[in-house]
Amino acid sequence: MRTFLGKAAALSGIFAVGPAFAQDEGYERDPAAGWDHLWHEIIVDITVIGVIFSLAAIYMVWKYRAKNENEVGRGPKLTPAAALAWALIPASIFMADDFFLSAKGWTLWNDYRRIPDDAKEIRVTAYQWYWEFDYGDEIVSEELVVPKGQPIVLRMTSEDVLHSLYIPEFRVKEDVMPGRVTYVWFNPKETGEYVHTCTEFCGTAHAEMYTTVRVLEQDEYDEWFNQIKEEANANSLPNNTQS
Amino acid sequence: MSMQTFKEWFFTTDHKRIGIMYLIGSMTAFVVAGMMALLIRLEQSQLGPTITDNPNEYNQWLYFHGAAMVLAFLIPGLTGFFANYFLPLMIGAQDVAFPRINAFSIWLFYGAIILALLSFVIPDPPDIMWTGYPPYSITTMGNTAYYVFTLHLLGFSSVLGAVNFLVTVIYMRAPGIGWNQLNIFTWTTVAAFVLQLVFIPVLASAVTMLLFDKYLGTNFFNPEAGGDVLLYQNLFWFYSHPAVYVIFLPAVGILFEIFTTMCKNRVFNYKACVYGGIWGIVGISGFVWVHHLYVSGMPDWLRIGQMVTTLLISVPVGLMVMSMWGTLYKAAITFNTGMLYAISCLFLVLSGGLTGIPLALTAITVHLSETSFVHAHFHFIMAMFSAFAMFGGIYYWFPKMFGRYADGKWATTGFILNIVGVHVTFVPLFIIGAQGMPRRYWDYQMFPQFEPYHQVATLGAFMVAAGMSVTILNWIICAFKGKVAPENPWKSCSLEWTHAPNCPQAGNFPNPPTVTADWSPYGYADREANLKATTDPGFPGAAKPAE
Repeated sequence: MRTFLGKAAALSGIFAVGPAFAQDEGYERDPAAGWDHLWHEIIVDITVIGVIFSLAAIYMVWKYRAKNENEVGRGPKLTPAAALAWALIPASIFMADDFFLSAKGWTLWNDYRRIPDDAKEIRVTAYQWYWEFDYGDEIVSEELVVPKGQPIVLRMTSEDVLHSLYIPEFRVKEDVMPGRVTYVWFNPKETGEYVHTCTEFCGTAHAEMYTTVRVLEQDEYDEWFNQIKEEANANSLPNNTQS
Repeated sequence: MSMQTFKEWFFTTDHKRIGIMYLIGSMTAFVVAGMMALLIRLEQSQLGPTITDNPNEYNQWLYFHGAAMVLAFLIPGLTGFFANYFLPLMIGAQDVAFPRINAFSIWLFYGAIILALLSFVIPDPPDIMWTGYPPYSITTMGNTAYYVFTLHLLGFSSVLGAVNFLVTVIYMRAPGIGWNQLNIFTWTTVAAFVLQLVFIPVLASAVTMLLFDKYLGTNFFNPEAGGDVLLYQNLFWFYSHPAVYVIFLPAVGILFEIFTTMCKNRVFNYKACVYGGIWGIVGISGFVWVHHLYVSGMPDWLRIGQMVTTLLISVPVGLMVMSMWGTLYKAAITFNTGMLYAISCLFLVLSGGLTGIPLALTAITVHLSETSFVHAHFHFIMAMFSAFAMFGGIYYWFPKMFGRYADGKWATTGFILNIVGVHVTFVPLFIIGAQGMPRRYWDYQMFPQFEPYHQVATLGAFMVAAGMSVTILNWIICAFKGKVAPENPWKSCSLEWTHAPNCPQAGNFPNPPTVTADWSPYGYADREANLKATTDPGFPGAAKPAE
């Protein structure tokens, strides 16, 4: 029994170093790519586990059909040592996988939360049922427009109920709520138009609270920004003269 | 039904009749909430308005479907019906410890069912999802009070039930039954009731604060007056994640009863399953609620800490899975409809459980949270694994309850429609969820590419509707007209089969059983010796395996 327990303990020790195999992949500038990478690894991980257990179940259900009416099962009666080993070894294997995934998940999570120094800040306010993006200097739009290759951090709050900012293409989501400021950051790598929508139930038009994220080349972005700035100034002029 | 019969049932304190009433009530909730699911699927089957152009109506269906399925079907079905009917029989008790409190529980439950159904006829029904997050639940025109009072009634009913059953198991086991001789179902039910007793008060206080905020002008969740909207989410999920185990554990228990009997085998590594698996889950269950709040704006350290605890749930669940798979090892398997459902659960727990692993990772959930991936994941565990375990249990214990079989070609037809239907419904939702399809959407104009997937899912939902119609009609017909079953038709070793006759009368046992230390509810290896380890059942044809 002692040798058996010894082996079980040694095996558990080996599995406990699972996290050491989880390497830092280095997605500081691009968590979305890190997401895709980890997602594929997990899909492989759970598929392997699922297939092993499924095949075992199918095999046993087929193999151990009763041959006659009075047959009874001959499942093993475990000795205390065997019972302990049958608990500790599977538990160690599961824990090794857990810690391995935890380490990977933690690394990626840090990338998700560590905002690059050169990130450009845009303030987001959510209302029932639209978004408002504030670029500073009273420049405000109802769609998000960002330059390509520029890390963007969105600082978000809500004026009424809970909302959640979700841009599937950039793999980011965070709830937006009254009384607190939350943030997400992302790095738009390709120009194009992407869906940006609300994923926290916020009432009647929850499903219509979507808009577009437009990623433009830097010069196109500057052009757009100047244009919206002029519009803003033009709109505010009459007010200024009156006051 | 004569007045006399009505009175006998309405004022009954017999745990078996109360169990049957829980079954009827929870299946009623299931049918109505299932119809809501069909409406939801129909609405999603096409872009733009399909069967309603009013999103509020759609939100009310979602609310009713979620709240009723979890709180009025799954929890009362498992801890109300199954625990009431079978737990006292399994431990050799003549009734529960407090039969009148048990009767009061069922009245409260029916009160809640009536209140929930009334929400269809009031002017502004609740539209706050089953989660009821503020500030929306406070600012909405919908009647949040209905939600709160329904939860109060159900919670009160559950807490009374929990005290009742814990006392019953502790003090009313048949003389001689030690803790390691209990059925796995008894253990899982005890664990579920411990969770109910500990965590329900938290939910009750959370929804009461909601009620005060909306109707009495308090500011628990109002940031403008120093409150915090996140407080509610923490309190809500502090109960509602353990509530998943209140459903999952008894479902696992039912499966073990079916497997051991139909495999004629002992539970593989019983103690690891009970003390590591079942109580391991109870131990961890209170430390994982933040995985529902991964994108809610919680502090980073809490999101990481509870990622690790959430992943560690795989350890106790893994131990139960090992025991379940091990019970098949060197078995002598025979098949009935209950066993078909149980075998399908082996695969449902894999697809449902393993898709929980990506969702346990905070960074991965940043993309998957609130998408139909989550929706499909918890439907695999709750709507499929747990509900299929219940349906399997109903078929398995049908001869015990009604003295008749419910098996047959209609039962098998229903099973096949159900198992195919649920996969046709939820596999497409996994796929589009991983691509970003949000849940709780009346319409999805921004994702027109997902329309075909929604149509397949809708088709699947109608297959399940057909399967469940066949199944439920089959139960009702077989309860009155089914083929008469002999005593102990599946040749089980468990007390509810060996010592209580089919359709047990009040008091349950002609001869209340006493057992010795050698007896086991899973003593198939030497059945003769196992029978000798108990007292005479006191009625013919019971304990003996039919030759």
